Amino acid sequence: MKINDVILRTITRIIVFIILTFGVYLFLSGHNTPGGGFIGGLVLASAIVLLYLTSDIESIRKSLPFDFKLVAALGVLLATGTGFGSILFGVPFMSQTFAYFELPIFGKTELTTVTIFEAGVVLAVVGVVVTIILSMSESEEA
Amino acid sequence: MNNLVVLPLIIPIMVGVILVFLRPYIRLQRVISLLTMIGVSGLSIYMLNVIQTDGIIRLDFGGWKPPFGILFVGDSFAVLLVLTASIVTAVCLIYAFSSIGEKHEKMFFYPFVLFLIAGVNGSFLTGDLFNLFVCFELMLLASYALVTLGGEKVQLRESIKYVVINVLASWFFLVALAYLYGTLGTLNMAHISERVAEAGQDPLLTTISIVFLLVFSLKAGLLLFFWLPGSYSVPPTAVAALFGALLTKVGIYALFRMFTLIFYHEPSITHQLIGIMAGVTIILGCMGALAYKDVRLIVSYNVVIAVGFILIGLAIATPTAIEGSIYYIIHDMIAKALLFLLAGAMIKMTGVTKFDQMSGLIRNSPIFGWMFFIVTCSLAGIPPLSGFVGKILVGQSAIEAGSYVLLALAFFSSIVVLYSLLRIFLNAIFGETIISKEDEVPLKKGLLIPVVLLGFGTISLGLGAEALADYVSNAAYTLTNPAVYIEAVLGGDE
Repeated sequence: MKINDVILRTITRIIVFIILTFGVYLFLSGHNTPGGGFIGGLVLASAIVLLYLTSDIESIRKSLPFDFKLVAALGVLLATGTGFGSILFGVPFMSQTFAYFELPIFGKTELTTVTIFEAGVVLAVVGVVVTIILSMSESEEA
Repeated sequence: MNNLVVLPLIIPIMVGVILVFLRPYIRLQRVISLLTMIGVSGLSIYMLNVIQTDGIIRLDFGGWKPPFGILFVGDSFAVLLVLTASIVTAVCLIYAFSSIGEKHEKMFFYPFVLFLIAGVNGSFLTGDLFNLFVCFELMLLASYALVTLGGEKVQLRESIKYVVINVLASWFFLVALAYLYGTLGTLNMAHISERVAEAGQDPLLTTISIVFLLVFSLKAGLLLFFWLPGSYSVPPTAVAALFGALLTKVGIYALFRMFTLIFYHEPSITHQLIGIMAGVTIILGCMGALAYKDVRLIVSYNVVIAVGFILIGLAIATPTAIEGSIYYIIHDMIAKALLFLLAGAMIKMTGVTKFDQMSGLIRNSPIFGWMFFIVTCSLAGIPPLSGFVGKILVGQSAIEAGSYVLLALAFFSSIVVLYSLLRIFLNAIFGETIISKEDEVPLKKGLLIPVVLLGFGTISLGLGAEALADYVSNAAYTLTNPAVYIEAVLGGDE
């Protein structure tokens, strides 16, 4: 039976960008204000899952050709790597630092090592959530 | 600040993640994971010596001072266990190389083992109660994956029980943490200890401590071990050996920490209760070890008996008793791993699981047979093997403390252990061989080497107890004097 999902498809095309933007916003604002890598990652993952729901898995897999297990692994590596990096500088594990830079367009910007850590968390969360959803959908087909 | 302390946690995690990317290269995965565990073992020996000269080492994550930040604390007790756990894991990995099979290896077996050991090491080293919960979860998640890996029907049946019990225990853990945080307003273990001492351990705090006792008893298999024999007897041998050697020990470690560092004010309630639970555990464990003919179940019930025995030391809680327990934990990690590996090898050689259907294995592989004899003696506590030192110290302290019931149970359990294993030895290993010349599969070198390594380990631990004595007595000193630990954590920056 073909389900009529015209509304869902049309809305998704617009809403996915809003969700993705919101996810990136949450991720970037995370270390000082409410937000952070974990919920940013969850929001981003929900956008990807929405795409999987509206289109079929195959075509999304073509446009997002990642193995999400490896995305999660890369995220953990990045997050633990930032913690480990501080050992190399002779400060306690998981130390963080930040500085202000004059960047073109953005002007005076705060760049922190926490952002790298949070990027790892984002990748890990996206990878894990999408892997879970995909494995559930696979087992249903089988 | 000493970044060394975090390495036993972070190195296995990072290497494990890197191995995920190396999924198709099994040979490389084997080499890297083995080298990692050997590296961590070397590191722990170095840490142990640093502790002897400089005292307890600690690391405040991100430079956040206790009690505000999370921290890792390395004292002799924790690092001794990290060292033993790492060595046992390395040996189990060697056994896994030639027994686990390519199908498992491609399904991220090595990363999961490394995550498991990261969780185990993290639980030993952390100085923060919530962090302990996190490390427990890391260890448990990896163990869920390992126990179901392969996906056989019996495995899934037992692992459902295992997962449900552990999720429930983790929930209780969280509730107990919430109670404790609600009462004392801190999660730093040293800080909790200080506050409990200041406020006095009133009935409310004692009740909370009993909730913790319940949680860790479930994890350690103290009295609440009904889930243990089933789930430890179904996974592949190398995994079962890791579980049998390490997982219950983490629960035991947590019990020791809680009831020597924090809740040591009401021994007439808590330690009495631990003593009763330990006694009942021994009796039930002995019944189990005698009742079954399946080698794997007998071995699993032997784990239960050992848990009871070790906790007798905690129940008595004199420095000698604690020292004896520490010796016995180290011994038991090595000997139980060896016992599980031997049981697995027996089943592999004969293809049956009941010992009365096996016979004459010593003719197929003499070294194997004698290794079984050594581990039997070692677990029964016959000198000069490694079980002896622990048993004598616990026994001595039980006499000094006048706990004759526990004393009797402890030595009764030794005899039952001896009997349950000698039964296997006489039936399965002595006698006429049942495997005909044509069917004889020589025991692979890859299976024999780890068995011999662990056998050598239990002998040298027995003969070299003297060399360990300094470390163990230092560990027992820290455990029986909470002020030392508190001073190391809260006493300003070094």
